[in-house]
Amino acid sequence: MSDAESPTNPSLTPDAQTEEFEAVDVFAESTDMDLRPGADNCYKCTACDISCPVAEVDDEFPGPKFQGPEQWRLKRKEDAAVDDSIMSCSNCMRCDDACPSGVPLSQMHNTARGEYVDEVMEKFSREYIRNRILANYGTLAQLGSMFPRLTNAVMGNSLVQKVNEKVLGITAERDFPEFATQTFREWWQERGGPQVRSEDKRVAYFHGCYSNYNTPEVGKAMVRVFESFGYEVVVPKQRCSGTPMFANGMLDDAKRAAGINVENFAGLIPEGYDIIASCTSCSMSLRQEYPELFDIDGIRDLSEHTYDALEYLRIHEDIESEVREASVSDQSFAYHAPCHGRNQGLDRQAVELFRELDGVEIEDVGDSCSGISGTYGWKEEKYDKSMQIGADMFDHMEHAAGNVGMTECPTCSMQMEHGTGYDVKHPLQLLEEALV
Amino acid sequence: MAITDDVLVIGGGIAACTAALSAAETGARVRLLAHKKSTLRQASGLVDVLGYAGGDGPFADPFAGLDSLPDGHPYSVVGEDGIREGLRIFDEAVGDAYEGSHTDSNALVATHGGTVKPTARYPESVAPGLASASGDMLLVGFEGLTDFDAPVAADHLTAGGVPFDVRGTTISFPKSFRSDAKVTRFAKALDRDEDVAGGTVRSVLADTVAAELDGADRVGFPAMLGDDHDEAVRDELADRLGVQVFEVPTGPPSLLGLKLEDMLFEALDEAGVRISSGNPAVDFEANDGRIETVLVDQKSRLTPYEADQIVLATGGLVGKGLDSNREHVTEPVFGCHVPHPADRYEWSDSDAFGDHAFARFGVVVDDQLRPTTEDSESQFENLRAAGGVVGGADVAREKSASGVSLATGAVAGRLAGEEASQ
Repeated sequence: MSDAESPTNPSLTPDAQTEEFEAVDVFAESTDMDLRPGADNCYKCTACDISCPVAEVDDEFPGPKFQGPEQWRLKRKEDAAVDDSIMSCSNCMRCDDACPSGVPLSQMHNTARGEYVDEVMEKFSREYIRNRILANYGTLAQLGSMFPRLTNAVMGNSLVQKVNEKVLGITAERDFPEFATQTFREWWQERGGPQVRSEDKRVAYFHGCYSNYNTPEVGKAMVRVFESFGYEVVVPKQRCSGTPMFANGMLDDAKRAAGINVENFAGLIPEGYDIIASCTSCSMSLRQEYPELFDIDGIRDLSEHTYDALEYLRIHEDIESEVREASVSDQSFAYHAPCHGRNQGLDRQAVELFRELDGVEIEDVGDSCSGISGTYGWKEEKYDKSMQIGADMFDHMEHAAGNVGMTECPTCSMQMEHGTGYDVKHPLQLLEEALV
Repeated sequence: MAITDDVLVIGGGIAACTAALSAAETGARVRLLAHKKSTLRQASGLVDVLGYAGGDGPFADPFAGLDSLPDGHPYSVVGEDGIREGLRIFDEAVGDAYEGSHTDSNALVATHGGTVKPTARYPESVAPGLASASGDMLLVGFEGLTDFDAPVAADHLTAGGVPFDVRGTTISFPKSFRSDAKVTRFAKALDRDEDVAGGTVRSVLADTVAAELDGADRVGFPAMLGDDHDEAVRDELADRLGVQVFEVPTGPPSLLGLKLEDMLFEALDEAGVRISSGNPAVDFEANDGRIETVLVDQKSRLTPYEADQIVLATGGLVGKGLDSNREHVTEPVFGCHVPHPADRYEWSDSDAFGDHAFARFGVVVDDQLRPTTEDSESQFENLRAAGGVVGGADVAREKSASGVSLATGAVAGRLAGEEASQ
């Protein structure tokens, strides 16, 4: 334990706390969170920097060690604004996983980015408007999916894509994700909600935006798999998990959405519900970023009761035996573990499980980042870097036996498809095929 | 339900990987439970067994030094056979990527500080630079890459009396990066052979070094000669220069350490070891002297893992397998007994490079490598310990860190696997 970790150092009597003891003044400041112990934990080993996918391709980006502990110290100085390089961090959170010393790097990045957007970024700038739009994908998708066929036609129009790039700075290289003609929630209403009732096996599904508006088949697979294990599934009203908002420093938007999510989910916990997400960025957000960034009544309870879908079944059911006894038609997958799944320690579970499934060949395509990192790869100025980061993954996918991709993350899935042309499935879809 | 296996190895470094490979050889179903990236990425990538003991050394033969070790040293528990078992597992895991298995003798590897380290196994890329090999040497450092000061290292080697001529030079890398660029950035530029004025990174680098060669028989660079295509990088440079090219192991972040980590994890995959990484083991449930469940802190929630046998290989004070505050030294997962003087001023020696008590802190194991209580009874019948968490060795002074990990890992893993399979 370093001396700096105990603010009440007895040798610093009040008399001794003159101006020379700047470090002590820091504790007197009233901030939402005290990141100092985290900054002091850094011993400059640079494990975070060499794990950073952006620093590897972007010579202008100084890396997580600067963005985290070093920038935190610089900010203590008067007249030191947050450096604009913070906006180049893609929020993949790999640095958290790399740090051997418990520095809360992504928490530091998220707060610094929020501060930069609040205090430095011009609110009428193209960058701000573009980022705000990307960060609020859920709202955009809600509008778009009201007339899915029309929206798909418009957004798929190359002229519209060019205008998006020129006016907004959203890359024209990518095809906008198609909206489903029936959202997951519409399907859920149509089937009349839960088909299984249970007093002791209950889960509340956090589907997030993407499996609601774009890939409802993932949400349906979740429901069918959990119901086949005898779970009562409920689907409370919900907003975006906040992931794209954190990545763009839109902390006010994220806090509003978090407030609604906590209100709608935390109340179910005393009734025996656990919260299940199918998107690893949603589960990451609820589990780690929520309690790290916001002080909302019930937010910690929500964090502690949130699980990834497959993770939950591995802990609560003998899913391995079930899968070993099942079989599916022959198929072969190239699996990519999303960074946010990796950071929850979930990077190996799909491969480990499906290796036991008769008919399936599955290969991990390595530990590189896909490069898209949610909204990062959609930004016109980041597109090339995003593809450079993804190059390793594309290469490994092409060398893998499988010609169908698999991942838990919707934007990794977009990138996999964009880079290789492969169809990409979610593990829950294969699990549904095997067990339901 | 918990996630269930025969043997659960807690840790992610050399000891844990060796224990997992060793347990898998017995046919047991094994899971490695690693927290963060291991300290291997801060290690040199060299694998030592024993260089110094009891004031003697450097030893030409590490096995000849075993008798000089103090009582209670992990080597005295596992014996020479245990060390050989560990080296066998290592050699099989890394294959041709490492050299040194042809002999029992230590090689003398020149370090980035210009000292010489007695080493049992070393990366293939390091081999041409051994101080025990002949041939005049040119060491090349790069401006901006402050970890390796080639002229200082050369002077240091010369002062140490190596039987060949050594010179050091500092040149600018063919491509300029930001001033605090990572070693990986240099490696990637060489991997991709990026275009620069006057050619490509490899060709311009070779031209620059050729002008400095002046009759040297071998040229050493800091260990950053490529990452994915390291062999091609070295071969091209050697070809263009017409001399042998080697890497000098550097400090963190160490590419040689990272590559070793990758090789060990690949070996685990091949052996069918399951891996859960990213979260720490923090607690356990025991019944009647047996550990039944290990609890993993999965983002503030505890996930249960069950196994018949457990191997604790969480590392020493640096790897955080041991913890300390101003009063006590503890083993944080299972609360194993870690003997230490009551007065913390006795934990260290006043001489920075002296005989520190803290260096030997760790759990005390019985002849089955089971951590023992204060009364020398095994603490749990199904818990064994390996690597840095085991006390009794001053690995930094002995140059024995990797060997202790390999030997205790191999024996603990085998015993755990055999018992689980019964």
